[in-house]
Amino acid sequence: MDETISVQSVTGVDLTLNIAGPGNRSYAFAIDWHIRALIAAAWLLFATYVLNLGSSPKSPDALLSLLPAAVIYFLYHPILELAMRGRTPGKRIAGIRIVTRSGGTPATTALLIRNIFRLIDSLPALYMIGLIACFVTANRIRIGDMAAGTLLVLDDTAAAKSLTRLETLAAGSALPLDALELVDQVLERWHSLGPDNRKQIAASLLARLQPGVDAAGIAALDDSQLHAKLTAVMRG
Amino acid sequence: MRAWIIARAGEWRGLVQSVSELRVQRRATVEQALGAIEAYRGVARDLATARRLVPNSRTTAGLEALYGQLHALISRKPRGGLPGLLDLLRVDIPQAAAELRSRMVSMALLMTAGAAAGWWLISTYPSLISLFAGPAMIAHVEEGHLWTEGMLNVVPSSVLSIGILANNISVSVLAFCAGIFFGLGTFYLITFNGVMLGATFAFVSQHGLAGALFTFIIAHGPVELSVICIAGAAGTALGESLIRPALATRRDSFQACAHRLGPLLLLCAALLVGCGFIEGFISPDPSFPLASRATIGALYFTVMCILMSGRLFKR
Repeated sequence: MDETISVQSVTGVDLTLNIAGPGNRSYAFAIDWHIRALIAAAWLLFATYVLNLGSSPKSPDALLSLLPAAVIYFLYHPILELAMRGRTPGKRIAGIRIVTRSGGTPATTALLIRNIFRLIDSLPALYMIGLIACFVTANRIRIGDMAAGTLLVLDDTAAAKSLTRLETLAAGSALPLDALELVDQVLERWHSLGPDNRKQIAASLLARLQPGVDAAGIAALDDSQLHAKLTAVMRG
Repeated sequence: MRAWIIARAGEWRGLVQSVSELRVQRRATVEQALGAIEAYRGVARDLATARRLVPNSRTTAGLEALYGQLHALISRKPRGGLPGLLDLLRVDIPQAAAELRSRMVSMALLMTAGAAAGWWLISTYPSLISLFAGPAMIAHVEEGHLWTEGMLNVVPSSVLSIGILANNISVSVLAFCAGIFFGLGTFYLITFNGVMLGATFAFVSQHGLAGALFTFIIAHGPVELSVICIAGAAGTALGESLIRPALATRRDSFQACAHRLGPLLLLCAALLVGCGFIEGFISPDPSFPLASRATIGALYFTVMCILMSGRLFKR
């Protein structure tokens, strides 16, 4: 199954898109689901207990309390995808975005069609059809994406941001470029790595980049000392 | 290599910053747009160099990401706004409606056949009504009252309207989307709706309430049932695009069909919002006489036909 696709571009340099798999999709959906459920519930509680509106469908002011909650819950995806041009807070956190099959930003019609087909993708429960479609289709797309002509791709903003540090690092460091990038990446992901893993990776990197250094001394360093040492090595 | 990166990295840093700003902006100036196109060319050149000199490196990954963001940015279509909406009403929707004309008739006939079958079924085997109606509804009718009577005393009109329109929109959207099952899903849905309608009418007529039910549905029914048939017609077109693809692949054909007919479904949803309000405020209210209801129903149906024809917004 293809994990990347190449899209022709007018410059003659093909664009490579990394396809987001079912895991990334589910992660983004879970975040979005919690956001919309929490906001809808918060509005209901606010309307019931602060504004003293009735939350039962039989009460006369039920429309004011129930309608906004229903709109938030059911129109969250179409409204935010339109406003954020193919992204939602969940997709942003998961590092994915919707693009057309040619890598462009999807138009309003495409985003609306994509959302209309949620009804089929969510059948019979828990997005079963959509999930199965993601597993069996070449570009890991659900039926809504098929109809709209869209894809979900990884949006590697961290890699793009690393370009902003490159000039300073490359000019100031004596390390070879590949080692420099490696250390930069480890430092960038430092807090998302487990304490044992980062200690192991940092010790291994320091041992390779500074061959004469005492291995026992490195092993004795604590977390912050290792971070400081790696930073110092990177800056030359 | 290092010298090349140091020479270019300053420009990349500026680009990362300006691209992230442009991505969240609603509008861009001509200078910004031209700058983005120029930057796109520059990044393409740098990416080609990086792919050759430092493949699988962080620098190449960064440039790939930046190139992808710029590609999406410069291919972004402007938002249509009001002119876009008018084009939709003037061109896209009338075209889609004209394309589906014969299918709409077929769907109406299918629903009528289903209604006839439902009528026959319940007229012949009255006990089967429990397949189509709940115990409370059956009890109401057997006592000589429609279940719609006194509805406004239980639930406010506004809430009733929202519930009804949400249900109607989901039925119509389902009739369209079910076309993905090679049109069969749509056929079953339209037939089932027809059977339910016929069965309900047969049941209420056995208790002398057919006139009352007719009075209830005459204001919202014509548009509501028509919209379900239109959504069904669009669903069968979707099914046919998969059975007999008009383009190179089934996927292309399916996508083109969904894009062509999607705007019509938006109009259907808007019409169903109107139906929901009529069904919530007018249909259950006994103070509206039959003539007023029939007039509302006929007028709303005419509005629907005019919107489908695009005449209302002709230049």
